[in-house]
Amino acid sequence: MTVNVQAEALDLDRLHREVHDEDPGVGAVVTFVGYVRDLNLGQQVDSLFLEHYPGMTERALQRIVDQANQRWPLQRVRVVHRVGLLQVAEPIVFVGVASAHRQATFEACAFLMDYLKTRAPFWKREQTPSGERWVDGRESDQLAASRW
Amino acid sequence: MILINYFARYREQLGIGGEKIALDDSLRSVGDLRTLLMARGEAWQAVLGENSLMCALNQDLCNLDAPIEDFDEIAFFPQVTGG
Repeated sequence: MTVNVQAEALDLDRLHREVHDEDPGVGAVVTFVGYVRDLNLGQQVDSLFLEHYPGMTERALQRIVDQANQRWPLQRVRVVHRVGLLQVAEPIVFVGVASAHRQATFEACAFLMDYLKTRAPFWKREQTPSGERWVDGRESDQLAASRW
Repeated sequence: MILINYFARYREQLGIGGEKIALDDSLRSVGDLRTLLMARGEAWQAVLGENSLMCALNQDLCNLDAPIEDFDEIAFFPQVTGG
């Protein structure tokens, strides 16, 4: 299983092991973990709710992984994204990439995150002391994705 | 019939998560459907008229000129914010 969308907490140690998979041909593993921050746009964040588009989400993530596999020689890719209610400091997303050499893993991991942030149908709603608000898309994320 | 889904802020502002409507000859693209829906009133005009609107056809991101057929699933939503 390459791609998962789940309400359960992420087991980061297990995910890292799965990406390496004791494969003697793997010379590099790069992982990215995104966490819930306690501050956004100057306002305190108490918790986060992640909505998604069931069905399309898995499909969109798989499509992004397929593209990464076409562009770089990768042994394994793992993308796991949480949905539902998340507390501050909890991991939201794990991306892990294994390859023979480091360059492919650094680039593929950055590509996967840039594409995930602009193409996978997730939406964050923040709970703040003054109420709830939907998080707006960022121009900087669009720019980051356009470099690929 | 086609199925239309609305997500996140759009769902809240439009007060609807999904609906089915009959497909007729005036609806040939996702953009045609958007135009039809925007004629429903101010909220629809404002929400679906956003420049940053995203849309999907049968669970793949698409452009407004994507052609639609009977039994298609179309979705409108604001810019995605995962990760």
